[in-house]
Amino acid sequence: MTFILVIEQILNGLQFGIMLFLMAAGLTLIFGVMGLINLAHGSLYMVGAFAAAAVAGLTGSFGLSLIAALAASALAGVIVETVVIRRLYNKDHLDQVLATFALILIFSEGTRWVFGSFPLFLEIPEYLSGPVSLPGGIQYPLYRLALIFAGLLVAAGLMLLIAKTRIGIQIRAGENDREMIAALGVDINKLYTLIFALGAALAGLAGALVGAIQSVQMGMGEPVLILAFVVIVIGGIGSIKGALIGSILVGLTDTLGSVFLPQLFGLFMDTAAATNIGSSLASMAIYILMGVVLIWRPTGLFGARG
Amino acid sequence: MIQETHFNVFILALLVAIPAWAIAVDEPFTVTLMTRAVIFAIAAVGLNIALGLGGLVSLGHAAFFGIGGYAMGILAFHQQTYAPIFEWPFVIEGTKSMPVIWLVAVVASSLAALVIGLLSLRTSGVYFIMITLAFGQMFFFYCIGWSAYGGEDGLSIYVRNGFPGLNTLDPIQFYAICFSILALVLWIVSALAKSSFGLALNAARQVPHRVETAGLNTKRIQLAAFVISGAITGLAGALFADLNRFVSPAMFSWQLSGEIIVFVVIGGVGRLFGPVVGALVFVALEHILGGLSEFWHIYLGLLLLLIVLFSHGGLIGMVCGRKAVHD
Repeated sequence: MTFILVIEQILNGLQFGIMLFLMAAGLTLIFGVMGLINLAHGSLYMVGAFAAAAVAGLTGSFGLSLIAALAASALAGVIVETVVIRRLYNKDHLDQVLATFALILIFSEGTRWVFGSFPLFLEIPEYLSGPVSLPGGIQYPLYRLALIFAGLLVAAGLMLLIAKTRIGIQIRAGENDREMIAALGVDINKLYTLIFALGAALAGLAGALVGAIQSVQMGMGEPVLILAFVVIVIGGIGSIKGALIGSILVGLTDTLGSVFLPQLFGLFMDTAAATNIGSSLASMAIYILMGVVLIWRPTGLFGARG
Repeated sequence: MIQETHFNVFILALLVAIPAWAIAVDEPFTVTLMTRAVIFAIAAVGLNIALGLGGLVSLGHAAFFGIGGYAMGILAFHQQTYAPIFEWPFVIEGTKSMPVIWLVAVVASSLAALVIGLLSLRTSGVYFIMITLAFGQMFFFYCIGWSAYGGEDGLSIYVRNGFPGLNTLDPIQFYAICFSILALVLWIVSALAKSSFGLALNAARQVPHRVETAGLNTKRIQLAAFVISGAITGLAGALFADLNRFVSPAMFSWQLSGEIIVFVVIGGVGRLFGPVVGALVFVALEHILGGLSEFWHIYLGLLLLLIVLFSHGGLIGMVCGRKAVHD
């Protein structure tokens, strides 16, 4: 019983972490290359989820809803980048925080205006619903398993893109020296828009995928955004590998903490008090993890030194 | 261009005149709105020490606002239910006395600012923003799960806390308390900015390596500023809880942290009265736009974008021009 529970919770943590990675990867790329802190990344997550829910409601097709999520969030990313974000690259962090905070207000209220205040629901498709039997007699929801695989696939694709392709070389060059790559004849504006759209599409995909196991509602993006920040602080800014490892660490800590900390305290105090203290501590666990990483390595596990 | 000191005196006069007028024409709601603006102004004056003088973009100041609020909520709740907070090792009772609550709020938020500051000042720039935001969110989730004090629903305090010699339930008397605190805090901040500590803090923002060369520890100066900043915002939180006679995890929300930054920036970063002007304008917008449309945040967002992209130095910057010296 305990063994099965542990495995189940590890898988849940992995699934949560992988979805966080989709958010954190875009954020860390955008910061690494453009030096921009984008609070509105959570809004792009929300746009993806709402686009998926709307298209799924119209067509009933899960595949089409995912394509819609990717397209809508990438498009939103392109529009936002060209209209607002582009003017912020040379401004200081305070201006970036404020402008992207303003974008959150516009996106959130705009969504409420169009879709109303009630949450929407995305259905898990027939072929991905139901449990699947894993070795060791574990029954696990197929959809969550699919999320883990889809996320890992995207992570692998992203790493290949950055390591092997021409675009990837330009992205890495952009992280190291913006002026030099512009001087070498790369259209830096186009590259920035492309990276922003890529990050936006990843966020939108995460929103749509997670939307099927949670409700799709206004303000759904910001808690995930803040967790993605924790991931980036742990992993180190600009590092995709850091984002992946940070995401999985955060996902596992949060999921395992909320299940096992109350049980751990239950070993030496009465159940009610243990549940109370355990769940309070669990809600703080990832921030404590972040604090420990900060004391040990202020620039994150894979961040640039100095 | 109007001189900034003249403009500041004008704002102070408004803060006295508007409530006086509201009492004369029997509009107690305006007094309540003004009280809200003044309390937000105190919180933002607190943030402006870290943000304006120290250049520390804290996106987690709602943590201190919320801690101040919960200091009031918890103390008053125990008084209201006649249950002591601790019975062991010594008895601590709740209280309904504002000065005691303020003291607890200031001490608790300073301690929190000390711990958060120690950790987040190990980094700088964008890391600092993300870390303060994350710690703010930690308090938010902690309070949602804190079932002893209402969890997600928060705590209602039935009667406003007392201040010796005043009837705090009378809106204008409570306003007078909040206004006096704002005036006191503004005086402290202006004295602080002119002190050697303030000068060192200002220098640490502009040329940290030179300050280090002069033998000063920039991180320690910034930490002290962050703690003072958090303490003032915490005091504002206690007042805000008393205004609403209600505390909930919403006081810790990241949106509130963002709004406190907005107050500072609308008015003018680093200017003594910037946060006051910003809070007044924000509360006025909230009231006017909020009455026009349910979706007033869209307009607020657009306005904010315009301010960030096209204006420098906030409203005070527009009225009084750029600062002549240093900046």
